[in-house]
Amino acid sequence: MNKMIQAIIAGVVVIAAIAFFVVNNLSNNSATTEASGPVEVQWWHAMGGSLGETVNAMAEEFNASQSDFIVTPIFKGSYEETITAGISAFRSGEAPHIIQIFDAGAATIINAKGAAKSVEDIMTENGYDFDITDYIQGVRYFYADANDKMIGMPFNSSTPVLYYNKAILDEAGVTPPKTWEEFEMTAEKLKAQGHIALSQSHTPWIFFENFHSRHNLQIADKDNGFSGLPTELMYNNPELTMHFEHVKEWKDKGYYGYYGKAWGDNQNAFVAQDVAMWIGSSGSFGGLKQSAQFDFGTTYLPYWNSVNSNPGTTFIGGAALFAMAGHTDAEYKAVAAFFDYLTKAETQYFWHEQTGYVPITNAAYELAKKDGYYAANPDAEVGIQQLSLHGSEWTKGYRMGFYVQTRESIYREMDRLMAGETTVADMLKAIETDGNRNLERFAETVK
Amino acid sequence: MSNKRVQFSHSAIPYLFIAPQMLIILIFFIWPALQAFYLSFMLEDPWGLSREFVGLRNYLYLFKSSEYLSTFLFTIFYSAMVAGLSLGLALVLAVKANAVIRFQSTYRVLLTWVYAVAPAVAGITAYFIFNRHIGVMYDLLLSMGWDFSPETNAFDATALLILVSVWKQVPVNFVFFLAGLQGISKAVREAAALDCASPSRRFWTITFPLLAPTTFFLLVINLTYAFFETFGLIDTLTRGAPGGATTTLVYKVYQDGFLGADLGLSSAQSVVLMALVLSLTFFQFRFIERKVHY
Repeated sequence: MNKMIQAIIAGVVVIAAIAFFVVNNLSNNSATTEASGPVEVQWWHAMGGSLGETVNAMAEEFNASQSDFIVTPIFKGSYEETITAGISAFRSGEAPHIIQIFDAGAATIINAKGAAKSVEDIMTENGYDFDITDYIQGVRYFYADANDKMIGMPFNSSTPVLYYNKAILDEAGVTPPKTWEEFEMTAEKLKAQGHIALSQSHTPWIFFENFHSRHNLQIADKDNGFSGLPTELMYNNPELTMHFEHVKEWKDKGYYGYYGKAWGDNQNAFVAQDVAMWIGSSGSFGGLKQSAQFDFGTTYLPYWNSVNSNPGTTFIGGAALFAMAGHTDAEYKAVAAFFDYLTKAETQYFWHEQTGYVPITNAAYELAKKDGYYAANPDAEVGIQQLSLHGSEWTKGYRMGFYVQTRESIYREMDRLMAGETTVADMLKAIETDGNRNLERFAETVK
Repeated sequence: MSNKRVQFSHSAIPYLFIAPQMLIILIFFIWPALQAFYLSFMLEDPWGLSREFVGLRNYLYLFKSSEYLSTFLFTIFYSAMVAGLSLGLALVLAVKANAVIRFQSTYRVLLTWVYAVAPAVAGITAYFIFNRHIGVMYDLLLSMGWDFSPETNAFDATALLILVSVWKQVPVNFVFFLAGLQGISKAVREAAALDCASPSRRFWTITFPLLAPTTFFLLVINLTYAFFETFGLIDTLTRGAPGGATTTLVYKVYQDGFLGADLGLSSAQSVVLMALVLSLTFFQFRFIERKVHY
């Protein structure tokens, strides 16, 4: 019996020692290591495939351009996976220096006091000039806080545009529709020629968020979440109800093709010429040019003339780069130098040309114009032109907590509406209920 | 089972030997489980900067949500379908493969190797096979008048998910059933054959009861598979769509916790899931195992 007790004690001691070792190692903060030689900065991003290659090329160019700093880009998967990786790294004190966070996750990081360090502060503290008006209208305040201070550096920004198959539209004798009223007539003619008129990717982004900015409609209380934590989602409104009554009708009449929630399934329908028009991202331009075996054109996101006859700019999508809190001054100096490099007109122009994302600064836009890029590729300019349309009260952006889940509810309800399992009224009501609950939960977490 | 216990005197060494195993269980199971239990009563900001005790609110939120209820029901339905179909199919295949005389090993290998395919790979493969634009099965189904669309049709999505899950699980069950069948003594089967009972009668009165321990073991394994391991399939095939129709409890934990960063809610779901699996295991051992003769 004595021996057994001895053994148990020995076992416990071993377990405790190993556990102590493990826990101690986990909580050890790497940020305290003294830097000698070039300062290394980690950049976690969600740019896969050819976008990732462009990201690597930019980091390499920056590293080669000077000898004080080294930026290491690390691909972390999808946007959701990247923010999740960042969150768990932050919680264990191993946060990367720079992390790419997408539009729907902006509220999660901007509202968390002490998770990110403002880009504007980093730039000015390290001796760089910072003027928010250097950035184009559409991206300027999207990642800013309530005082218009820029928190996240806009990086890959895009906006929804309408792509159309030139041959099919010509054959039906129609031009790409400017308004949804016009679309109904266009669609009828296309249908007579045996075509489905339209498909669309990313319902929450295009038919919800951008529907509101295009028509200058409010999305949530507290100024869309800019002046405080919103508690009320305003998607359940007459304008959106009207829009979805029509969308449902278009689906039933064969004007609108719905291929599920996945971005690619709807885009593929356009590439395979199953549909004549597709609403996607201005950033899809480069990819479409490679995959579509036909001539296509690009134009603005349609609007309802009956809702707003003077429609304005749309929201950007994509993501921004945030500098995470808890690093040394030397490291922030490196981050500032890298951000400065990223926003240079030449860098932005390179990024714009390689990927189709819009250039985020006025200077880069001017450079692309001067270089004759748009004369050769007029379609590449549509996104930035749309973002340069006049801004209004509700076009700055939106800031909603746990919005990723609300977007999931939107996807889910859209699936159901299209499958005939719910009505427009019930759909918007369900989204409102879920969204309000998410906002309320999130508001409680913010201290 | 005998209740006889023999007590040998032994030294402390055995306890030291099991210490690493206990440590692993402690770190990778007990600790996270306790952590989940603790977090399920909390409302926390994603970055862990603030934390607030909210009592049972996360649980109330779940049980008031009709989404969660339908996820719950779908998980039960899906697990029953996957376990039932893959066990049944594997049993038929094992009995047939056991009876084959020529090319026996060829058949066995052919029926086994799907097991080597990782769930996520199986999911991607199936996604391509059934894809509207490039899939061969899509074309086949369309020629039969079925516009197969798992992206928008809940029935199609569920059918596809069950099909692939079963396909992936049959080989494991097959291997165990075959081993079980080969463990049945030839003498017993010959005696049964001499009694001139019909083959199906021989199967149900002799073979199947002798396979009962294997079947019971596989039932437990299959339900666990359907509950947890099909995650990779769902993530690559349907992502819970359309309209949340193919979201299982595990997938929902992932969506809310890992994609949505709502840790409290996700933890509450994990605890519900743990309770469900524990009670299911208890039920199996308490009631079903009684019918098993070893």
